[in-house]
Amino acid sequence: MDNLNIAGRDYASRLLVGTGKYKDFNETRLAVEASGAEIVTVAIRRTNLGQDASQPSLLDALPPSKYTYLPNTAGCYTADEAVRTLRLARELLDGHDLVKLEVLGDPKSLYPNVVETIKAAEILIKEGFKVMVYTSDDPIIAKQLEQMGCVAVMPLASLIGSGMGILNPWNLQIIINEARVPVIVDAGVGTASDAAIAMELGCAGVLMNTAIAGAQNPVLMASAMNKAVQAGREAFLAGRMPKKIYTASPSSPTSGVIGS
Amino acid sequence: MIELTINGAAKQFPQPLSVTQLISELELAGKRVAIERNGEIVPRSQFDAVALASGDRLEIVVAVGGG
Repeated sequence: MDNLNIAGRDYASRLLVGTGKYKDFNETRLAVEASGAEIVTVAIRRTNLGQDASQPSLLDALPPSKYTYLPNTAGCYTADEAVRTLRLARELLDGHDLVKLEVLGDPKSLYPNVVETIKAAEILIKEGFKVMVYTSDDPIIAKQLEQMGCVAVMPLASLIGSGMGILNPWNLQIIINEARVPVIVDAGVGTASDAAIAMELGCAGVLMNTAIAGAQNPVLMASAMNKAVQAGREAFLAGRMPKKIYTASPSSPTSGVIGS
Repeated sequence: MIELTINGAAKQFPQPLSVTQLISELELAGKRVAIERNGEIVPRSQFDAVALASGDRLEIVVAVGGG
């Protein structure tokens, strides 16, 4: 079985999805189901005090018993904020310690601050967290994060929420070539072909949120992404034909062509 | 009377209370929350035992949709 293995656990789906930006929890639930994802990211935020506690929550739409919750550190700009957030997340999720680390450097571009990310990763790994780390597509940083002990490396395809797709497949290829932990493209995927390309390059998986939630028909796009990740993975495993200009290799026989 | 800072806002309570009592006061009972007190996690198992003191700064968080 071609399962995705992260920190010693197998997952059938290589598509990981975020749970933000949906119209409501019902749309979230339908989209996540259509995606086939088993791992969903969530953010950790202050609870609204004075809010009616009987209001439905995300956990009702996506039961933690059915999905693997991956808490993220979205909105954190320093290592300290990220570490505090994940300590809270681990307590919130009953000791579950698989987490997504992201430390941003700029609220406009949302580009990661890899220096703070490395600082946070060091502390979190020492505290026993299994860190899936969001990072730039810098191959040296990616390898350094792996060597520190991150259980997966998650380079961006392009800016968070930008839908620009994979901007630098060469960097991604270098990261994949050198990695001994799963490489999961995270951020910037826009449509199905982007996800397929990521998988064809050899990624272990793809993580996306806006590509689905920001589509005109999120549930349909989720279904497309489900198929795209599988198609890209099969194409990768099948070993593509080489690209070449002069093949002299038509698909039909060259002899027996009618003529004079 | 004690004053606590909860999620960045000051709140007063007539007398000292445990974390469990605070959760009840805030109508959060039954909701899945995690609590940080003065920079340290308060494990759920200690909610009854931890007595809050005036000046304590608390963060009470939940999981929400996010990427």
